[in-house]
Amino acid sequence: MRETDLAIIGAGPAGMAAASEAANAGIATILIDEQPTVGGQIYRDVQRVAPLRGAMLGQDYLDGLPLARAVANPLISHIAGAVVWQVETDGTITYSIDDQSHQVKASRILIATGAIERPMPLPGWTLPGVMTVGAGQILLKQSGLIPNRAVLVGCGPLLYVLASQMLKANTPPLAIIETQTTGDLMAAMKHVGGALRGWRYLLKGSKLLAALKLGGVKRYTGARNISIEGEEAVTGVSFDTGGKRQIIACDTALLHHGVVPNVQISRALQLDHDWNGQQACFSPKLDLWGKSSEAGIFIAGDGAGIGGAKAAALCGRLSALKIANELGKLTDAELAAKAAPINAELSSECAARPFLDRAYPPFREALSPRDETIVCRCEEVTAGDIRKAAALGCQGPNQLKAFLRAGMGPCQGRGCGLTVSALFAEETGKPIAEVGYFKIRSPLKPITLGELASLEKDAD
Amino acid sequence: MKTASGFNTIGEAAEQAALVPVQFDSKDYMLPEGANLAASLLAAGVSVFRNTPASGAPRGPFCMMGVCYDCLVEIDGVTRQACQTQVSANMQVSKPAIPAAALREDDHA
Ligand SMILES: Cc1cc2nc3c(=O)[nH]c(=O)nc-3n(C[C@H](O)[C@H](O)[C@H](O)COP(=O)(O)OP(=O)(O)OC[C@H]3O[C@@H](n4cnc5c(N)ncnc54)[C@H](O)[C@@H]3O)c2cc1C
Ligand code: FES
Repeated sequence: MRETDLAIIGAGPAGMAAASEAANAGIATILIDEQPTVGGQIYRDVQRVAPLRGAMLGQDYLDGLPLARAVANPLISHIAGAVVWQVETDGTITYSIDDQSHQVKASRILIATGAIERPMPLPGWTLPGVMTVGAGQILLKQSGLIPNRAVLVGCGPLLYVLASQMLKANTPPLAIIETQTTGDLMAAMKHVGGALRGWRYLLKGSKLLAALKLGGVKRYTGARNISIEGEEAVTGVSFDTGGKRQIIACDTALLHHGVVPNVQISRALQLDHDWNGQQACFSPKLDLWGKSSEAGIFIAGDGAGIGGAKAAALCGRLSALKIANELGKLTDAELAAKAAPINAELSSECAARPFLDRAYPPFREALSPRDETIVCRCEEVTAGDIRKAAALGCQGPNQLKAFLRAGMGPCQGRGCGLTVSALFAEETGKPIAEVGYFKIRSPLKPITLGELASLEKDAD
Repeated sequence: MKTASGFNTIGEAAEQAALVPVQFDSKDYMLPEGANLAASLLAAGVSVFRNTPASGAPRGPFCMMGVCYDCLVEIDGVTRQACQTQVSANMQVSKPAIPAAALREDDHA
């Protein structure tokens, strides 16, 4: 089996920055990612795409170029197109490339698998033509595709980012249906002090909004009772706003109300997790270096807690420095000297976060969907089914798998896990931290028997 | 025949790659080689990629990042996520005949 000092899972800003920091300290690093190129979600495919449509995607996207270029270092081996489906506490990572399984053993592991979009179960959200705003971004970045007649639904900065990119490409969305209210903004103002320290974000936000206004993009705020309309595919989005029911016809509805840490690997490793009330998600319990409850396993980036791309890269660097220290490549004094400026930058980077979290809270109707709304997309289990099971004495998410198969489809609960935990908390009156989350097992992605068999060969 | 698609392709993106033949549900398409399969099918006007095993409801790509499995298709006999697959010449793609059930986690909850 191949061996290495450090294996990093995920080549987004956190993983790329960690890899180059580790390489600078003289550490042999393997950087594994399922995408064909480095970049992660925000900087997806940045080296190929920047010359094609970098101007439309904007400076925030181009910021990924230096990170991506720094991965070309003789001490970094980038393994592309590799889906990690098992991670063990002894440092063994199992991944598949083109149906062939391989293993690598590392003395340190850094999990940098980023975020996924917070599930947004609404009536009709399973219809073809409904996608996430993140999916809209991926289509635009990676493939240069823009939906012709799209409506954006939900809340958060990513809606404005995508809308302004669509506008620059002369295909603006038909409308943005936003769920946050003026009350949310007022509550957020309490944190405006922090936001002013992170003033770059406020400025960027107001520039985006001004551009959208100038471009004639219609925005509705405080939307309620949102339904996606259609029988075989999306035909429109209906909602209440300002005391009136509206319907906007469209072919594509893009949903988004924030991102949450992707905890599949940290859960499968049974690392300790906490409930983060402010961000309404579970995140792994870590120290300031990103060290988890298991020796030798670190987590950095949005997978550790949502902080955005800049913070992700900084946290990746901190973890890499600590790993270099543990492996004897940096003295304690060198570690402290190198970490100090990174920590200072990190604290100003995170200053705007409490403001953003409160100004764009998750949409309540999607956290506690109406009974008829499908929650588990794979097995088509509704919120009503889950409430009924809880009332019948089902003990929690894991027993629910046996009751209703929720969380047992191919996505392994990625799309319903948080909603299921929230519904149990609501029905039983228990705090969500106590309700817990689905138990996640390997393989983390469905694999074929052939892939398992190929492992034997690789071990020889 | 070109099917009307709900998507616009931005200029340069369309010109990058050679077009190669791909079949989806017995219909012929010319798709850019090496491009993302889910994106290319959407651009070609395909919106339903599969029907659910539980109710037969139509589904299409939702997350584009490998999370939701709503883009599952059968490619040359193997069920795969279209959003995690690159186009290659003469791919035979269809809605999965043995639905996602085959990929379910064992009943060991
Ligand atoms: C779809 C989407 C689009 C976004 N777009 C923007 C944006 O435009 N602007 C913005 O400011 N923020 C955006 N965000 C938020 C953004 O993701 C983060 O701020 C930033 O990318 C976090 O960086 P990261 O390094 O922690 O993780 P990511 O950039 O998410 O990188 C994680 C990497 O891990 C890989 N990975 C995950 N699981 C596995 C596995 N099992 N095996 C192998 N590889 C794996 C993924 O392929 C990915 O490349 C987006 C988020 C999402 C989910
Ligand atoms: S679209 Fe979600 S997995 Fe492919």
